[in-house]
Amino acid sequence: MLSKLNVSKVGLKLIALGSVAALAVSLISLPTAANAESVATTLTKNKITLVIADETGFPLTDKLAEEFTKQYPNVKFKINRDSFANLTANSPRLLASNNAPDLIRLPTIGDTVKNKLLLNLDPYVKAYGWDKWSAAQLSGLRVNSKNVRGSGNLYQLGLGYSITGVFMNMNHAKTLGITSVPESLAEFEADLAKAKAAKILPIMAGDKDGVVNFAVQALINIYGERQKLSDWIYNVPGATYNTPGAIKGADKIREWADKGYFPEDINAIDYFSFITRFQNGEGLFEFNGNWEAANVQAKLGSNSKFFLFPSLNKGGKHVAMGAANSFSVPAKSKNKTAIVYFLNWIHTNEAARQITLDVTGATPGGDPKTALPKVAAGSLIEDGLKMAAQLSKDNGYIDFMANATAGIYANAIIPQSQLLVGSKITGTQFVTAVQDSYAKELGR
Amino acid sequence: MKRNNLLGALISMPAVMIYSLFVIYPLISAFRYSFTSWDGIGAKEFVGLANYIQIFQSPELVASIKNSLSLIVFFSVFPIFFGLLLANFIVRIRTQKIRSITQVILFFPQILPLAASGIAWSWMYAKNGLVNQFLTAVGLEKFAQSWLAGFSTALPAVGIIGAWVLTGFCAVLLATGISKIDSSLYEAARIDGANWWSEFRNVTIPGLRQEISVLITVTTIAALSSFDIIYVTTLGGPGSSTLVPGISIYRLAFTQSSVGLASAFGILLMVIVLIAIVPIQFYSRRSDQ
Repeated sequence: MLSKLNVSKVGLKLIALGSVAALAVSLISLPTAANAESVATTLTKNKITLVIADETGFPLTDKLAEEFTKQYPNVKFKINRDSFANLTANSPRLLASNNAPDLIRLPTIGDTVKNKLLLNLDPYVKAYGWDKWSAAQLSGLRVNSKNVRGSGNLYQLGLGYSITGVFMNMNHAKTLGITSVPESLAEFEADLAKAKAAKILPIMAGDKDGVVNFAVQALINIYGERQKLSDWIYNVPGATYNTPGAIKGADKIREWADKGYFPEDINAIDYFSFITRFQNGEGLFEFNGNWEAANVQAKLGSNSKFFLFPSLNKGGKHVAMGAANSFSVPAKSKNKTAIVYFLNWIHTNEAARQITLDVTGATPGGDPKTALPKVAAGSLIEDGLKMAAQLSKDNGYIDFMANATAGIYANAIIPQSQLLVGSKITGTQFVTAVQDSYAKELGR
Repeated sequence: MKRNNLLGALISMPAVMIYSLFVIYPLISAFRYSFTSWDGIGAKEFVGLANYIQIFQSPELVASIKNSLSLIVFFSVFPIFFGLLLANFIVRIRTQKIRSITQVILFFPQILPLAASGIAWSWMYAKNGLVNQFLTAVGLEKFAQSWLAGFSTALPAVGIIGAWVLTGFCAVLLATGISKIDSSLYEAARIDGANWWSEFRNVTIPGLRQEISVLITVTTIAALSSFDIIYVTTLGGPGSSTLVPGISIYRLAFTQSSVGLASAFGILLMVIVLIAIVPIQFYSRRSDQ
């Protein structure tokens, strides 16, 4: 009797060991996505949970996850949120951990590619037909072997692709006798002067956490050469921030600060206060992006306009910041095929594209031949879509200068811009300080 | 005797283990990292003293050390001075209940999370905040401004928050200290014809030597290692007028992923704190003998 029990116990143990061994072997032989032929583009039928690490205050991933689960009920999502600052600070460790999420909001690639923490999405480009998408839209999401952006393997995709410009409070405009948006720098400055003379705040801006740099870069964009600035942002060797155009742009901001075009307490105004005050009627202009279009629309309704910052001269080409709301797949994700399927779905599925536009006002990207989602006529979101189309035509997209390196924004751009708009330093000093910090950080 | 020693060792073992794990081990690790160039994930590159040299060559990092030294005036001198005055007042309250309530109210800022206090103070310092409303109400509206936005007002404004946090703590500790002073000393002084100030100078202050040196130590450390208040109110700005080593270390480690440089600055900060504190400890110990 006892020996029979022992034998069956041993038998069970052997079966268990055998199953574990078989599982181990099957795990080891899973493809590691080395080439296009070996990546799968079909979604599993198994029940899985995809984990997303995202920032607070951006409900887009919630809505997209909800819709995807509606269409594919076997796929559930768990979305972990943290503040933008915390998420950015913790992302290297999140990516390196054994419990890495399947998708992570990653605004700056930094050293993650160098440390092999991200999944190379290139094998999926041909497999999914992403080569039909706008190359310009994806170029900023590529990094080469020398850690220079703009080319090389694809490591990110965008959940929406943003565009920046200027919001205009048309109630104030009417008071000042302004009937249309300015179409040149001279017209823009004339509007600023009119507002100042009538004791209306010309530009609502904040710089406690650096947001006035939307305006700073808008001016550097039109005075400088787009390619030179883009090379600097992408860390191309030899590129420098210290150009005549950058100095002119920064000097112009100093001029505006001296003329009192910014709020007096600009260095104490954080992002939240800045958008709230504009939406509550303070300021003729606000430099911001499409992500605020819905909020501005809700508060100011049809008494607001959203337009591209004008070119130097009337009729000229526009340059404006726009970037992917970038996400990456950790190399340690346990559901690579499924999460990339989700990413592709976001760019191609009609319902998903509509959600991206409705929730963030951003263009959903993807194949330019795919129909754009529906948008309310005359809305600021429609303005945003028109701006995106115009900017593509002008080949004027550029990334945010804050994305040039991991530390440049906090270490140099924010404190130096605070000095600039506080009328303490000149454009030359601003540009030199930023370039010095950049060179030090990159060891150049 | 041996058994007592063994028992003592066993009882202190948990504390020693926790201290070793959460203080000694990170300290040794930081010391090791400070000689490397490391992004926290990849390979470490040994660079010798390069990180330490870089700190002294960086005007911004040196400025942050100067700012934290300035904060000693607000975090240390003010609270101890006003704490002494308040302590004198507290011990003279005859009703036990009122004395207890006063001490609780004074101690309250210590209990509040620094981040919450910082946010509340940011609102008070804003252009339309309580501070400016008060100034306008008393006819000083020409001084009303956004206190945290001014290049010369931001550091004192942040300092005042620190003083507010620490004064009550100093007052309560000093009041307890005064109540421990032998009352016969006060009687003797009164018999000799001493007035309030003489009593204070010749009996109270010498009797509070231990407490004062503890408070100088604690408040100086608070000033030199300040982080929470500044992170929540000004982030080191405007410009670098409120930049302190705590903020720089956080940025270097977590925003810039320069773990080696951040560790070096952390070790350097520890050395600065020790240089400030050890003489005080030495002085207070010597005066006990």
